[in-house]
Order: sequence, then C-alpha cells, then structure tokens
Amino acid sequence: MRRLLFLAALLLATPAFADEAGDLKAIKAQIAQMQHDYDGRIRSLEKRLAKAEGELKVARATPPGKATAVASATGSNAAAQTFDQTAPQPSAPPPDAAPQDVVADNGPPPPAAAPTSNNAFNPGIAAVLNGFYVAASRDTQKQTIRGVQNGDESGLPLRGFSLGESEVSLTANIDPYMSGFLDFSMQDDNSLSVEEAYILSKDLPYGLTVKAGRFLSGIGYLNERHAHDWSFSDAPLPYRAFLNSQYGDDGVQVRWLAPTDQFLEFGAELFRGDAYPAAGAGHTGQGTVTAFVHTGNDIDDASSYLAALSYLHSRAENRTDDDGHSFTGDDDLGIASLIYKWAPGGNPTVNNLTLSSELFYGREAGAFDAVPFAQDRFGWYAQGVYQFMPRWSFGLRYAALSTSMPGPMLSGSPLDDFGHSPRAETALLEFDTSEFGRFRMQYTHDESDLKPNDELLFQYTVIYGPHGAHRY
Amino acid sequence: MRKYLLLAPLIALSTPAHANLNVFACEPEWGALSTEIGGDKVNVYTATTGAQDPHQIQARPSLIAKARSADVTVCDGAELEIGWMPMILQQANNSKIAPGQPGDFTATSYVRLQEQPSRLDRAEGDIHAAGNPHIQTDPRNILPVAKALAARFAQLDAANAATYNGRLADFAKRWTTALAKWTAQAAPLKGVNIAVQHHAWIYMEQWLGLHEVVPLEPKPGVPPSSGYLAEVLQKLQATPAKFVIRAAYEDDRPSSFVSEHAGIPAVMLPYTVGGTDQAKDLFSLYDDTINRMLQGLKK
Repeated sequence: MRRLLFLAALLLATPAFADEAGDLKAIKAQIAQMQHDYDGRIRSLEKRLAKAEGELKVARATPPGKATAVASATGSNAAAQTFDQTAPQPSAPPPDAAPQDVVADNGPPPPAAAPTSNNAFNPGIAAVLNGFYVAASRDTQKQTIRGVQNGDESGLPLRGFSLGESEVSLTANIDPYMSGFLDFSMQDDNSLSVEEAYILSKDLPYGLTVKAGRFLSGIGYLNERHAHDWSFSDAPLPYRAFLNSQYGDDGVQVRWLAPTDQFLEFGAELFRGDAYPAAGAGHTGQGTVTAFVHTGNDIDDASSYLAALSYLHSRAENRTDDDGHSFTGDDDLGIASLIYKWAPGGNPTVNNLTLSSELFYGREAGAFDAVPFAQDRFGWYAQGVYQFMPRWSFGLRYAALSTSMPGPMLSGSPLDDFGHSPRAETALLEFDTSEFGRFRMQYTHDESDLKPNDELLFQYTVIYGPHGAHRY
Repeated sequence: MRKYLLLAPLIALSTPAHANLNVFACEPEWGALSTEIGGDKVNVYTATTGAQDPHQIQARPSLIAKARSADVTVCDGAELEIGWMPMILQQANNSKIAPGQPGDFTATSYVRLQEQPSRLDRAEGDIHAAGNPHIQTDPRNILPVAKALAARFAQLDAANAATYNGRLADFAKRWTTALAKWTAQAAPLKGVNIAVQHHAWIYMEQWLGLHEVVPLEPKPGVPPSSGYLAEVLQKLQATPAKFVIRAAYEDDRPSSFVSEHAGIPAVMLPYTVGGTDQAKDLFSLYDDTINRMLQGLKK
C-alpha cells in the first residue's frame, strides 16, 4: 500500500512533458531501483520485528519467579533489571507490571508510594543559614563572664552585622547496621570546622545505641541540640560559662532505652578530652567521662515532661585562654534538667508553651596559673517560650551564676568575681515563616561582666534540604 | 499506682512468648482499624488524638517509650509523619519497626494516592512527594488497608492468623453494608460546592462528588493572611459554596472568618476517630461526617 502511494507521488511529481523515451526509461529504471531498495529495507525491518517478538515471547514464558515477586512488591523497574541481562531489554514496561493498572479495590493493590529516601543513595544534604545584627551598649568582644576562665566560644555575638554560624550537614544510612552524620560549621572568619562527624548504630538489640566519632555530648538538655534548635539565639549563661556554650568532643557514647512505658534512658560517654572544659587530652586521650539518665512521659493529653540528670568529669591539661591564663586540673559538673511542654489538647499548631530549667553544680580544682586552688560553682537558668498565635512566639529567660572565691592568691584573676554574681535577663520575639524559616528579635540585659551590657539582636535562621525531625 | 509503675519493667521483661501484638498506631483511624482487625489479640496504643494535627506532633518521651516495645507501627505514611516519626524511630531503636521491616505498616501503600506533585519545591508549601496522604476521608479506602493489615498481622503473629482473617471478613461485611448506607445518605451532597480550610479532603470530595471551590490556605500548611482570605471571599462571590469545612484539629479562625463574611455555615468535621464526641469508632466517624455536612446543607 505504502509502495503504491510512493509510486503515485512519484508519478505526480514527474514532469508532465517528459515525453522523450530515453527520459522515461531512465525514470522507470530509477523507480525500479528505488522499489528494490525499499523492499529490501522493509524486509529487514520485518525480520527485526519478528526477532524482537520472538524474544519477548521467550521473556514472557520464562519470567523468573523472583522477578514477579519484586515487580508486585515494589511496582518499580526492579523486574526489568532481573530479566536476562543478555536479552535486549524491551523498552516498554515489563509485562508483569502491566496488570497493575487493572487493580482497583481488591487483590494486592499497587504500592503507589515510591520508597522515600533522601536522594536515593546520595546522602541527605541540609544547610542551616544564620545571620545576625547586633546593637550593644558595650563592645561584646571585650565582655567576659566573671569568676570563670572563659572559653573561646563563651562570648556574645559580634556587634553589627555578622553571619554567626552556618552549617552544612550530610547524613545517610551506611548499611543496615549504621548511619553516618557529618556536620561542617562555617564561622564568621571563614574558618571551617567539623562540628560533628559520627557513626550511629541502627540495629543493636536490647534497646542499645552506640555512637562514635565527634559529637555533642548528651549531658544536660540543650547540649546535644544544635544551636539552630535552641529556643533563644544564644546559650544560657551557665552553658557559656561552664561548657563553652556546648561540649562536643571525639569519643564514644552508649545509650540504653529501658523497655518500660515510662521513657527511661541511660547513657554514658568517654571522650578524648580536648574541648573545654577539658583540654590537652588527659589520661592518654580519654580525658572526659560522662553519664546521664533521661526520663519523661505525658502528664495528660495536653502536657508532657522530660527530666534529666547528668554528670561530667573532665581533665584539663594546660587549658589556656586568649589572655594567656592556664588551668591544669579536674572539672566536675552535675546538671539537673526539667522540661515541660503544654499545648491545648496536645495540638501545638495554634498555642503552645515550653518551660525549661537547668541547674548546674560543679567544682574545679587544680592549679590556675600554677597557683593551687579549688572552686565551687553554681549556675542555673529558667526560661519559657509561648506561641501566642500561629507563627508568633514570645520568650523570657533568666540565668545566673555564682562561684566561690578561689583564695587570696588568685584575687584579681579571671576566677575572682569581685563579689559580683553574673546574671542575664533575656526577652525574645520570634516569627516563623514556616517550620524551616525563622526571624528573631532578642533583647538581653547581661550582667555577666562587672559593667552591664545591653544588647538588641536580630537574627534569621533558615534550614533547607532534607533535615531530620527535631528532638523533643 | 506508683507500686505498679515500679513493677512495670519487671512485668515487661517477664512477658510470656505468646503475648499480644503491640501495635503503635500513629493516628486514631489506624488505631481503630487495628482494633477492628486485631480484637483482643492486639494491644493498640494510639500516638495521637483527634484533637491533634498529625503533621505536627512532637517526638515526645512517651511516644519513644511506646515505640521501643512495639511489634508493629500502623501509620498513614506518604510523609504525613515525617516531622516526628523518624526521630521516634531513631531514638526508640527498635529494629522490628524500622522502615521496610514487616513491623512497618503504612496505610497509604495500599491505596492509589492522588495529587503526586509534579514539582517538589518547599516554595509550594507543605507538600507530600508521594501524594495527598489524607486517604481516610474516603471510607472506600479503608477496606484495602484493612485487608493488607489483616495479612500483616497474620504474618507477624501466625498463631492468630485465623482470628485476624475472621475479623477481617466480619469487618468487610459490616463495612460494605455501611458504605452503601453512607452513599445513599450522602446523595444530597453530590455536586455541592464547598470551601475547605486545609486541602485534606480530596478523597472525600471524590467519593461524594463534592466540588472544592477554594482552600483557605494559600499553599498547603501555610496559614492564610488577611489578604489571601479577601481573595477567597472574592472567589466565593463568583462561585458560591454551600459551606466551609475544617478538621476538628484545625484553628477555627480562618473558617469562622470566611463563614461570617461569605454568609455560609462553617462545618467542623471529625476528620478522624475522636475528632468529635460522636466519632467514637470508624463507623460513627463517617456517620458523623455525613451528618454534619447534611446539617450544613440545611442551614
């Protein structure tokens, strides 16, 4: 049929006055040649078609049992992959997948939801961006916390505009037994640091979980939460003074979750001891040991609580600060934490309230600038954040410290609080564009140094990329 | 009471091998279905109530403790619980209910999901890559899930397989009867224009032939601004709706505002078991849902 059409077209195209015999012959010969070529091509196409059909029949007749199971279990292209690899793969979906469209209400239904995972086998990459604007009555970089040796991260944010800390994290399952987490942190001064890099067990029996690498310690409540997860834009005063805002180090952690209806979790950690309050990786690189217990439950539909007791012992070998002071000795710290959350009917979307408080009690003993001493230290904070309408919340925080006088030899040193008890009062107003975007305005009256500092801070924090759900 | 609390760990540790299946149901509708299928062979713990937004649950200590001892989680899936279940699973560290294990049951895997987004972008609001997860708003979706759930229970607890299959058969019979009744009752709702607060009712709309004129959220999960609500009112002027619906767990302000300014009734629907006092189980959930919409139609 097609050939006839082709001829007709050629005839129509033939000039009407080609009456010379020679021309006609030539044309006829041309046509015959073309017809011959065309037939040859069609025959070869028919052959290929027959061959393909034959192969398809073979594939249909002998589908491996496994392939069928996989096809109906995942509804994916898995079946196509399990076909004989040497046979040409039909480009159409495998025949086993076809009946899916017929399945409606009965029989094994099509798993419509494709298996969700973060970018298939690529790690989930998430970024946290931060920005600050700070107006302060005094130079925030010169403010110190009286009565303790200040760590390098214990200070207030820079005056004016600054980036604060931005983070990029990579997370994925490594295999059925472990997952990995890597978190880079970029500072204002363009320095890059590894904030966390750890492996986490997934499949240990008896409710055990093991974490190893560099990570934030599970002591206290705020410590193991990243800064973007805190209710205020900075750490409360006792965290700044005693833990350099947050204690993270290289080590190993074991947690055990008890098989009880009451949430009850025990944990212990052993760290290198290279980060404040530890230093110098004492005890052959096992300078810090911690233990903690968490418990919590619902009080009723509307409210729940979490309580924790934590203990940290760390060894400091020549812990120095910017002013050249040095501490060598032992640091013991106990933390009691209580967190209470309430929302009407347990539905936090419109209104919700979080109250939290932590008490710190510790002792540092050893030699400060080669002068033997022992100092008792106490700190606490209490805070509340109330979401008064969707997207908007308001918070208040009070924090205070007191430290004992380490003796006359150290009067005038950073450990001398000059009879002044550091404290800070903070108020917060927060607006969330969504669960991934947040703007804050925070006012702090800070009396951690001898002269008070008033600080007004604006901050944005955004998270993008697959970011894990947050802890309670 | 306290004495019993102290005894609890001992009891839990000494539980005999032939204990009931511990079911951790993420939402009340799946908790109710687990009870229908499992009867007294299962202990069902329901993680959320009808007053709570299933998108926004916190990974509370009580949920972690319950997930620790669960044999199976019965959840909606399709990323509805993405904001909290991953953290609970991580902290509970219970390999039985890890993703992909037999103890991980997700209802949306057994129903053809609507509205798979063509563009995955957070700028589109709170969208679910797998499709709209609110399948329980159409009771026709319950049966396929019930069948799969009975099969799953039987797989996990072969000793009681006959019970699960028997209960399924009984449930399927009662459900089919109820479906016919609901469809007849809801006949006046066919073709009715409605406005919805969250775009969560697509399956119910298809079931009853309701026509969604406009959602009160500019994008899923994004609370409406007053400017957007003005747009909604304009749309409702052009295409009037009979009533505006919201789920029991949702803030009543946007729908009240629209109700007042557009002069149409606001209808609060239970959305799930326990959403209203009347919605006591799966059957009364749809009784009450249809009843409330018929009431809205009369106003």
